[in-house]
Amino acid sequence: MAYDTFTTLKSSAYPLPIENVDTDQIIPARFLKATERKGFGDNLFRDWRYNADGTPKENFVLNNTKYSGKILVGGPNFGSGSSREHAAWAVYDFGFRCVISSFFADIFKNNCLNVGVLPVQVSESFAEKIFESIGKNANTQIEINLEKQTVTLIDLGISESFDINNYKKENMLNGFDDIDYLQNMKNEITVFSKARML
Amino acid sequence: MSSTIFDKVWDEHVVRKVKNGPDVLFIDRHLIHEVTSPVAFLGLKSRGIKVLHPEKTFATADHNTPTINQHLPIKDPLSANQLKTLEENAKENGISHWGLGNKDNGIVHVVGPEHGITLPGLTIVCGDSHTSTHGAFGAIAFGIGTSEVEMVLANQCIMQEKPKKMRINVNGKLGAGVTSKDVALYIISKLSTSGATGYFVEYAGSTFESMSMESRMTVCNLSIEMGARGGMIAPDEKTFTYVKGREFSPKGKKWDTALAYWKTLKTDLDATFDKEYTFKASDIEPMITYGTNPGMGIGISKEIPFAKDVCEGEITYAKSLNYMNFNQGDAMQNKPIDFVFLGSCTNGRIEDFRAFASIVKGRKKAENVTAWLVPGSHIVKKQINDEGILDILTEAGFALREPGCSACLAMNDDKVPAGKYAVSTSNRNFEGRQGPGSRTLLASPLVAAAAAVTGKVTDPRKFI
Repeated sequence: MAYDTFTTLKSSAYPLPIENVDTDQIIPARFLKATERKGFGDNLFRDWRYNADGTPKENFVLNNTKYSGKILVGGPNFGSGSSREHAAWAVYDFGFRCVISSFFADIFKNNCLNVGVLPVQVSESFAEKIFESIGKNANTQIEINLEKQTVTLIDLGISESFDINNYKKENMLNGFDDIDYLQNMKNEITVFSKARML
Repeated sequence: MSSTIFDKVWDEHVVRKVKNGPDVLFIDRHLIHEVTSPVAFLGLKSRGIKVLHPEKTFATADHNTPTINQHLPIKDPLSANQLKTLEENAKENGISHWGLGNKDNGIVHVVGPEHGITLPGLTIVCGDSHTSTHGAFGAIAFGIGTSEVEMVLANQCIMQEKPKKMRINVNGKLGAGVTSKDVALYIISKLSTSGATGYFVEYAGSTFESMSMESRMTVCNLSIEMGARGGMIAPDEKTFTYVKGREFSPKGKKWDTALAYWKTLKTDLDATFDKEYTFKASDIEPMITYGTNPGMGIGISKEIPFAKDVCEGEITYAKSLNYMNFNQGDAMQNKPIDFVFLGSCTNGRIEDFRAFASIVKGRKKAENVTAWLVPGSHIVKKQINDEGILDILTEAGFALREPGCSACLAMNDDKVPAGKYAVSTSNRNFEGRQGPGSRTLLASPLVAAAAAVTGKVTDPRKFI
């Protein structure tokens, strides 16, 4: 499914400075029973966000009204575990368009790129600075510029550049996806396929 | 130029290299299940695209299936709808489908090898991170997201950057009571849960060479638990013997040609890796996890490490132990447990049931333990019966359930209640993985069996 374009994003952020946030926390398996992609945001971080009786856990960051925005800042090894794209859908559906971490799990990172959430990998020290800034001011503004591949803490006036392969970058800037690309090389794939022995 | 087995198989499948971008990789086999495929089929429909190679696509229902009374209608309407959707999508697109109750049904990573769908030198994907299992045959196999499932259904290709290469060598003979699961948990404890992120792993050395195909599958299955996209083992005579004669493996002249090719699938002597680790089999004892990621494992005779000695930060570590209600410095042995789960794509094969039975034979299930014994497939279940293992299990007070993913991810009714401890042969001990609030101790089938008969964490070596 092709998605929205992504060029720049200026927003406050939710801080979640926990390591190894796995996909079972992002969206527990019992919420994977849908056959359509909708409503997953309601169950984002379900068991960290709600008590068993459905009442919100007040100390969890997504329930804290002082935080807002379209950016989620996670600890290192964010998104480890399962390949469920539902995790990326839940992040998107909640309203996030960007996740910042000093280290991402591979499949989650790919899934984000495929659904229109930009994974921005920063250095550990820059991640620390972001957490510190949000700690001091919950409304800390962060600017992501995909074209320039930069992430900026606006109040501090400090920036860092991030990596993204050029192909994926173009896709996000233009709202294309891999299927659009592959559909245009059908003949090449057919020829290749016929030459396969098994 | 010298190359690794991973290079050889990967390069063989590159249809096009995108400039400053990923490779377009041809996929030989695509396995699908009910949870991660429905939205992909919806996407295809909305684009008006048909499945390009239904004959290379195989569907089985596993994640969401009940493990008792499979002949009755499924109670949960959402689960029932997911299974129905898979069946309809398979039918509509001419994809072979092993649904609930079918004699070939089972966990996707168990049935693939059983039917010869998994072969050396192939590229195999599935919308499930434990697709790495199939690497045991010298295939490149990895888990993908639903957008990628749609991509493969539409074009039989996936766009991926080639991962870096890691080799993990383990040499020597494993001690009594030490299994492939312990080898994998030991490696993950050394590398951490993200130590191989960005890499594709080759497992090499005499320890893996002496393993059965089932044991190799357990090792490769757990590659993702240290962050690796996949892991593979060079095929050998054991591999060829395993795949020969299976339903979808090549026959006659095709077999001869394939076999000649498969024999070339080895890493060249002077090939290099981006990272390499070497371990000794004799250093490995039966393992158990104490925390909330698979890297938090120790030898069963050891104590839970102190925060200063682990890779997790203090806050994360404290959160994890608090969830488990364990303390730093606690011995793992003799900790009381409530549940035992034998099964999953990690340890739901015949060898695992043989191992479990070898310990419980002549003993009785502890009264305080609820045990779920879930075969990986109907074929495994039949084997359990045919080999007389079922009699041993029954005699010891255990019952066998129907195949499925079951309590590994607790999508069905097999949920460990909040606060309860489960010794599980599955692959993840994440918070709530086996049910909200559940506490998981990952271990081998032998450790699970020892816990099942004693009701507490027990070194299985005392029963051998």
